[in-house]
Amino acid sequence: MKPKVLQLFASGINCDRELRYAFESSGAEVKEVHIHELIKAPQMIQDCDVFAIPGGFTYGDDLGAGRVLGLEVEKFLAAELYALHERGGSIFGVCNGFQVLVKAGLLPQVDGVDVSLTWNTSHRFEARWSRMIVEKSLSHILPSGSMLHAPSAHAEGQIVLARGTEDVAALEAANAIALRYCNRDGNITEQWPDCPSGSIGAIAGLISTSGRIIGLMPHPERNLSVLHTPDRGNGAWGDGTDGLAFFKGLLAPYLAPLNKV
Amino acid sequence: MNQNAWRVELELLPSRKDPLGGAATATLNDCGLQLNSDLRVGRGYLLPPQLDLQQVETIASRLLADKVNEVTVIVAPEDKPQNGVALLVRRMAGVSDPEAETAMRALELLEIDLQGLRLETYRSYRCQEDIDADKFLTVGRAELANLTIEEAVLASDDLALHPTPTPRQSSRREIEIRHLTLSQLEGVSREMSLALTGEEMQAVQDFFKDIAREPTDAELETLAQTWSEHCKHKTLTGPVHFKMVDAEGNVIEEKHYDNLLKETVFAATETLSPEWCWSVFKDNAGVIAMTDEIGIAVKVETHNHPSALDPYGGAGTGIGGCIRDILGTGKGARPFASTDVFCVGPADIAESDIPPGTMHPDRVLDGVIAGVRDYGNRMGIPTIAGTVIRHPGYVANPLVFAGSIGEIPRKYVDKAAVPGDFIVAFGGRTGRDGIHGATFSSEALHEDSESIDSAAVQIGDPITEKKVLDLLLEARDADLFNAVTDCGAGGFSSAVGEMGEEIGAEVDLDSAPLKYAGLDYWEIWISEAQERMIASVDADNIAQLQSLCDKHDVELTLLGTFADHQRLILRWHGEVVADMPMDFLHGGVPQPLNYAIANCPPQNATAWPTDFDCEKLLLDTLEHPSVASKEYVVRQYDHEVQGGTVLKPYQGADGNGAGDGTVVKPRLDLPQGVAVGCGIAPRMAELDAYAGTANAIDEAMRNVVAAGGNPHRTAILDNFCWGDCRKPDRLGSLVLAAQACYDVAVAYGTPFVSGKDSLNNEYRVGDEEVAIPPTLLCTAIAIVDDCAKTVGSHVITADNLLVQIGASNTAGGASVASDLLGLNDSIVPRPDTEKAVVIFDAIHHAIGEGIIVSCHDLSEGGLAAAAAEMVIGADGLGVEIDSALIPANEKMSCISALFSEAPTRFLAEVAPQNLERFNEIMRGTQWATVGQVTATAQLELKHDSATILTASRSTLATANQVPA
Repeated sequence: MKPKVLQLFASGINCDRELRYAFESSGAEVKEVHIHELIKAPQMIQDCDVFAIPGGFTYGDDLGAGRVLGLEVEKFLAAELYALHERGGSIFGVCNGFQVLVKAGLLPQVDGVDVSLTWNTSHRFEARWSRMIVEKSLSHILPSGSMLHAPSAHAEGQIVLARGTEDVAALEAANAIALRYCNRDGNITEQWPDCPSGSIGAIAGLISTSGRIIGLMPHPERNLSVLHTPDRGNGAWGDGTDGLAFFKGLLAPYLAPLNKV
Repeated sequence: MNQNAWRVELELLPSRKDPLGGAATATLNDCGLQLNSDLRVGRGYLLPPQLDLQQVETIASRLLADKVNEVTVIVAPEDKPQNGVALLVRRMAGVSDPEAETAMRALELLEIDLQGLRLETYRSYRCQEDIDADKFLTVGRAELANLTIEEAVLASDDLALHPTPTPRQSSRREIEIRHLTLSQLEGVSREMSLALTGEEMQAVQDFFKDIAREPTDAELETLAQTWSEHCKHKTLTGPVHFKMVDAEGNVIEEKHYDNLLKETVFAATETLSPEWCWSVFKDNAGVIAMTDEIGIAVKVETHNHPSALDPYGGAGTGIGGCIRDILGTGKGARPFASTDVFCVGPADIAESDIPPGTMHPDRVLDGVIAGVRDYGNRMGIPTIAGTVIRHPGYVANPLVFAGSIGEIPRKYVDKAAVPGDFIVAFGGRTGRDGIHGATFSSEALHEDSESIDSAAVQIGDPITEKKVLDLLLEARDADLFNAVTDCGAGGFSSAVGEMGEEIGAEVDLDSAPLKYAGLDYWEIWISEAQERMIASVDADNIAQLQSLCDKHDVELTLLGTFADHQRLILRWHGEVVADMPMDFLHGGVPQPLNYAIANCPPQNATAWPTDFDCEKLLLDTLEHPSVASKEYVVRQYDHEVQGGTVLKPYQGADGNGAGDGTVVKPRLDLPQGVAVGCGIAPRMAELDAYAGTANAIDEAMRNVVAAGGNPHRTAILDNFCWGDCRKPDRLGSLVLAAQACYDVAVAYGTPFVSGKDSLNNEYRVGDEEVAIPPTLLCTAIAIVDDCAKTVGSHVITADNLLVQIGASNTAGGASVASDLLGLNDSIVPRPDTEKAVVIFDAIHHAIGEGIIVSCHDLSEGGLAAAAAEMVIGADGLGVEIDSALIPANEKMSCISALFSEAPTRFLAEVAPQNLERFNEIMRGTQWATVGQVTATAQLELKHDSATILTASRSTLATANQVPA
């Protein structure tokens, strides 16, 4: 039984090809749907195991990255997405998809913590490879403490929290941090370029307490083979297997069918 | 006076660092202001005064503000802001504002109805200290706004939304030209900005005398567009009489061309005619085969004049236009990679050397990089190859080359518009953008260009183009149209005119959807508003196409019909405003004879110094603009989007090792891909246009071959940027370059599949006219049969051997070392094309067999720079080289061995146990083992076993790196 992925499409989504290929290479059956069609029939969300939002520049990132699609998701899809989540499905957003999940209020799910994503501290678009340490909140997908290598490619990837480090502690306590940027030695760092965005707490990705709403800024779907790594698997960026391990872990619960509500 | 608008301004919280504010402050302080604290930059929105406070607050909090990160200031129409002196920069009336468009659509989500009213965006720069407001305005206006498209006011000024233009009641208008003299005709051309010569105006006059009526303005505008240098390439495709003279003025060669381009560039392709070229020089892009079913479409364009006026918008629409060329190739190709090359003035140029009306080269460069970045990243097309050239000759005429590469199934390569089909426009709306862009780009820039040509500037909207892309490919796969092309220079006039060239077309101009009212019919016809395509669609398919357009939120318009009367007929509210036969439109332009004179290149041999400081010369070389890392540019481009970039432009453990060719897979499920390389050598071409052009082609080839591209499946593209070729000396060097194109392409077996020229890159100040250096960009696209068989350009295993393939020579003209040391040399090395093809073939085999495990071409900075770059990209390894060991046919001193720049040379890494096999593969080439890979992260250069330099990897990398 192949896990079913419903992959969202909208104006400005542009990482759909590599995300679809990553899911398919990891054993999933992928259906793509345009937001305009999904708004007309949002119940089709219940036919999937994983709802995924790829990266891109939805609506040009006008008014802030993920802002307008986040509004649409919140207004038209949130009820169905919560229902999917309720019955054990997953919701996954990468890069702009992660920004959408945050702006739509789907991440994080920690009371009292207001999160936003804003311009990188370099104030530039940053396209460079990143290393991340897997937090225990993500250990159902990848080994806790292991390193995930993937390219970052974003301008507005800096996590900001309304109450700063106090909120980092709250996110930690709620197991809401999925991934943190680190250097080659595995030490977590907020310093550019290892942390391309300057995110507080070096946060690269967030996760719900259920473990089934996941968002991250870097692109594991662009690290599917040794050819993808900047040094051809010579050791500085892993061996090209990280991406598939991530997606296979994400899909693992859905090798058996989900119960219909 | 209009009523003031609501202002909503969002500034970062005071506790947050504001990098934009810091940068703006530094700029103003450089220009004489003395600000002690940083400006705060805000994003502002003007909302219609008809809204009430509650609506404005809802819009601000739900749609505009990021409350975690920003403070919101709302200023009511009747109030003035109370937070200090601030400068507001807004777009001029009529300039596109895509963010405002998005906001207006998003308001529907909040269920707020603007009732047809608009909103606008602006930026604010707020002082945190007391300042003389007038002085702030004066300096800020010049430095923070682009006055071609923006205006700046003080926050304390009144600020209303731009009034909506009123519809224009225009009707058919004739221009009386039949009775005019030659000089009067020239006057009409000038007044109407037609850029037609007297002779061309006479041809128009003769035509209308024959049909016994006066032309309409729309007819003259159409002819001006179609006959423009930009669209017609009159000089390159026209007759040329060429003479080569020696230093004494004796003619040593004389040749007549009926059609220069056809007899050189096209002829090379015709001579070669490989079966893997599917479409050459007839469509918007050339197409070559990647597999039996999948083709690669490739096009490189220039967008020089618009980028000189508005670097950001010009470069963005440059790449956007080139992407549309790929979309408009065959029945549509899918773009999967972009390239960009920028030529700008030196960074250290004195303000006094910048001509009036011209921006500082750094401001131009920052703007064009940002333009390509924002357009390419938003489109989701990786910008994967390119370079930056600095030269004083580009101060007034910067060059912006943008390339696009797409994949296309073979069955979609051919297309033809069908009589009776609807002429369908889809994509963006038409505004006054870029009126006279095609004719403007055919003219020299001048002091007042900045102020009078604002209409020639185009504003890009990449998300609209992305929607067009999504729609187009879906409609193509559903077989919904017979032909498609893009609206580029000349807008509808060129697109419809070209598609209907063989059959005829009728267009109702009043059906075109407009960005705003008030456009005259001829403006609609020639507007270069971006993101528009034209298709030939059968009536039966319109409904299905419309529903796809609805899904993708793309506007579709039936502009008219294709016909079978071979005429172009334009109507405006039913009245015919143009009616001309297609054969006059496309074939009526006179082809005047142009004269070309070239001097024999000077032949001062290089006197390489015997005594030199190797470390200083190497570090200066790595810092030289020609060699310095362009990583800071690449890191701003999403060069891995779509997941197919499998050999990156910057590689290695720290991602800072310069690569040669970039390798991209259009299809993630197939092993094949393409290697992409760029070659450009204006410094060489200044001394010797033939040699410079040959070197540019060789460099592009070296790039793709070093990466693992197949030299027998490599197509190349030519982009000529020259001065005013009506002047014989300018045309003379162009002829030499075209000859080099023919000779080298035929010898290398690399057909030209597409090309473009941009002439008249001259700047006029008073009586003086300054041309750019002769600039040929060669782009090479090589098929890679298996992307796993490609190699990086940094060393990977200690104790492996390093071999130099290809002989060095002492010619040093236009080399980096020559520039740094001030050598008086002028002999530019030329490729030995017979030897070169053997080398390319051998390297390709050695990479394919896994014998060469890393490879770097020798280019600017020679062997020393290449070796240093192979260390910079490595992970804790180093390189040791003995310059006495290099292959050469003449005696080489240490400095010339290390720093000369002969073409067709490579430095390759080979395991010692594979040397025997390597030797077999390399038969017929000149090569030598020159060193080895070491386990220490450093470069050691020796001569005759004596160490002359040891430099650590970090020293090399630091010298090479350009801070972002």
